[in-house]
Formats: sequence, structure tokens, C-alpha cells
Amino acid sequence: MEPLSNRRKQVEKKEMTFAERAYLPAIAQGLSITLKHFFKKKATIQYPEQTRERSSVWRGLHVLKRDEEGRERCTACGLCAVACPAEAITMTAGERKVGEENLYREEKYAVTYEVNMLRCIFCGLCEEACPKAAIFLQDDKIAPARFERDEFIYGKDRLVEPLKTTETK
Amino acid sequence: MESVDLLYKAIYILAIFGITLLIATYSTYFERKIAAFIQDRVGPNRAGPAGLLQPLADAGKLFFKEDFIPAKSNKALFILGPGVAMLVATMSSAVIPFGDRLIVGGHEIVLQAIEVNIGVLYIFGVVSLGVYGLMIGGWASNNKYSLLGAIRAASQNISYELAMGLSLIAVLMMTGSLSLREIAEQQAGFNWNIWYQPLGFIIFLVCAFAECNRTPFDLPESEAELIGGYHTEYGSMKLGMYLFAEYINIFVASAVMSTLYFGAYNFPFMENLRQAISDPILANNVVTLVGVVAMFTKIFLFIFFFMWVRWTLPRFRYDQLMKLGWKILIPLAILNIILTAGGILLKDYLF
Repeated sequence: MEPLSNRRKQVEKKEMTFAERAYLPAIAQGLSITLKHFFKKKATIQYPEQTRERSSVWRGLHVLKRDEEGRERCTACGLCAVACPAEAITMTAGERKVGEENLYREEKYAVTYEVNMLRCIFCGLCEEACPKAAIFLQDDKIAPARFERDEFIYGKDRLVEPLKTTETK
Repeated sequence: MESVDLLYKAIYILAIFGITLLIATYSTYFERKIAAFIQDRVGPNRAGPAGLLQPLADAGKLFFKEDFIPAKSNKALFILGPGVAMLVATMSSAVIPFGDRLIVGGHEIVLQAIEVNIGVLYIFGVVSLGVYGLMIGGWASNNKYSLLGAIRAASQNISYELAMGLSLIAVLMMTGSLSLREIAEQQAGFNWNIWYQPLGFIIFLVCAFAECNRTPFDLPESEAELIGGYHTEYGSMKLGMYLFAEYINIFVASAVMSTLYFGAYNFPFMENLRQAISDPILANNVVTLVGVVAMFTKIFLFIFFFMWVRWTLPRFRYDQLMKLGWKILIPLAILNIILTAGGILLKDYLF
């Protein structure tokens, strides 16, 4: 038959040499390989004590920032939710009441703000879309593994940056 | 025998027993460490510094697990199996000379539990009893996998014991004695048997692997095809005893190989060291202690070799195992006997 390609090779069954049949040289070769690995540097990172070094542009868990006076920056404009390709962000807007000026920076604020960490692809588009510099993907936190799906919906309680409590400590 | 001697013997036997158990315990740790290192991992390192308390954690786990006995099993034999395996394994280190003699306060202390002139036969007898533990356990489990494992263990031990015995005969022809102490004494300094019996040693080594059920001959327990073989139904400390007995067997096999082929407690430049110290008693004691260290070094190297091979070679197929045992090792061992006999005759003729 004509060969379809020129890569066909004639297979021949060679008689094994005595060294091959004796099996011991092959064992010695195998042992030397495993011994080489014995002294190799190990690739393991001792996780809880030691963490893998991350890239400088690495994007981690979301945070809702506060301004210098501790007021929430988010005005619930919804641009992040529009920008989100994975549709992970939902929010409801509310109006600031009198007496809440120290809590929210502008008249409108987010009553609820939820990020579904199972949907989020950590692309960082919300960060780029935000006109108020309110949402950031911080570089030191990750969304940890959990048992229930509900626990992956991060609400304001887990997203908003904690108040700086430097006094009375 | 004086009562002092009896007391000394009792202490020595207890010490050897303790050392055997300790080495077996830490063999499990080193097995895991060596496996990890060979596979570019770091191995157990959480329990204690560098994971050194891992064997204790494992033992604790085994002790607190449910001690399960299958309903359709033969209860008495099921309990007897691991006991026999353990008992026989710990018995065999009794005749191994771990060192020469110490002289303390005019008393001569021989570093060997029992000096019998048939030490080699004793070891062989006891080691081949070890397979009864596996057989009884596998049979009593009333499980086809266990039974298959037990059958394999028995046939494998029978096949390889022949070649092992034949390779040993060559050594016995050279030394002319069955006493392990005499065999050790004849290899003074660097005059080890391995230089005269390289082929015999290789046969013995392969058979020792098979007798200890270690990879590449671990067909009795092959976890992939027989899901643990003879110890499929075992759990808790009964399983622990089986595994423990395996490590003790490795230790004993290493000790026997060191004694028969690698000069036991002898080490190079032994006489030079003895002459370098002027006080004869002190010289003797120093040489003996260094000899004990040499013996244990050899044993540990062999144990390392056992583990090193385990993480290198795949398991034999059953027909390959039988072919290797009957068609290759036994003829080779007989050839080795003939060569040795020729060598001895030639030596007599020339000198």
C-alpha cells in the first residue's frame, strides 16, 4: 500500500541484549533517577505559614472604601453592576436622612451591596467603572472556601472597609 | 549460668526488643519521608519538629479506631493472625550479633541475646513461620481478596525461600559454620563475604525483598488489585500489628544481610584502632562500641535501600514473579554453589 505520509517507519522486534534481559542495569538506572529526586529542592510551599508570592497586579477580594472622615464613598450609582461581565454585583439605593452625614458622603448611598463570589471573575472592571473610587480589589485577601452557597454572597457587612479605630484601644 | 549473667541477658533482650520496636516505629516515619523526598514532596512535618511525632499520632489513631471483626469470620484465627505475625517478627532478632564483647569490671558481656551454633537455621525457621501470620489472617477474614493475598504470600515465600537457602549455602561452604557469631568473626576488618559472594548476595537480596513482601514483590497486599490483600478486613491495631511486623521483618532482614555479607560489626582498620589504644580493655571496649555503630549504620543503609527500591520499581506480575523465582534465581543459586565449590577446591590445590 502507498504510504499516506512519509512518516511510516519499519517496526522491527529486536532481540533483547543480555544486559537488558538481566534487568539489573535498568534497576540501577531507575534507582539513580529516584536518588537524584531525593536530593532535589522541594517545590512545596508551607501554606498557612508561608504564602505564594503574588504578582503586583494581582486582584483579590473586593473592598468598599471609606473616605478620610470614615464616610462610605459608594453612592449606589450602579455603574459597577453595569460594567460587571459576570453580573455578580447587585445593590439597592437609598436616600441619606438628616443626621447621617457622618456615615455617607453623598445624599444617595447603597442600602445593600452584594457581590456573589461564585459569579465574580475578579476582572477588576468594577474598580475601573467606579467614578467615586469606592470599590477596589485588594491585593492581600482572597475569598476563602466555604461549605454553603449562601456564604459566598458577600454583603456590606463583609465588604465595607472597617472604621479605623485608633482611639481607645 | 550465674545470676548476674541471667540478669544481664534479661536486660539485653529487653533492650534489643525495645530497639527493634523503636526502629520499626520510626521506619514508618522514614518510609513516608523517603517516599515524599523521592517524589519531590516534603512528607509529614506537622506533628512535632520535622514531623518526628508522626508515628505516635499514627499509633494513637490506630488504637482509637473501631476494632472490627467481620461477622462471618473465624474469630479466634482472626485475632491470632496479627499476633503470630508480630510474635514471629520480634523473635528473629534474638540470635543476631549486634556487636562483639564488652569487658566491664572483669565481666565479659557478649552483645548477642542468644548464642546458638545454628543461628542461621533459627533465623530461617522463624522467618518462614512469619507467613503463617499472613495465611491465618487471610484465611480467617472469609474474604476472597484476603484469601488470594494469603495464597500469594504462601506460594511466594515457598518459591523464594528455596533460592534464599541455596544462596546461603555458598556462604556456609566458605565459613563452615552455622553460627552467626562465627560468621561475623571470620569477616574481621574489611574481609567481608560480599567480596567473595557478589552473585550470592544479589540473589539473597532479591529473596529478602520477596520474603519481606516489599515492592517489587508486594503481591500479597497489592493495594491496587487486591485492595490490601490479606489485611483487607483488618482495622485498628490489628492492622497496625501487621504493618509493624512488616517493618520489623525489614529490620531483621537488613541485620541478617549485614551479618552474612557485610561483616556484621566489623569495620575497616579495626585492628589499627585496637593497637592505637594502649590499655587493652579500653581498646576492646572502644572497638566494640564503634563496631555496634558500624552494625547499625549498615542496617540503616539496608533499610534505606528497601525503601528506596520501593519508590522506584513497579510491582511484578504474578507469572513474572514465579518465573524469576524458579527459572532464574534457583539455577543461578546452584551455579553460585558450584562456582564457590570450585573456588574452595582451587584454593586448597594452590596453597
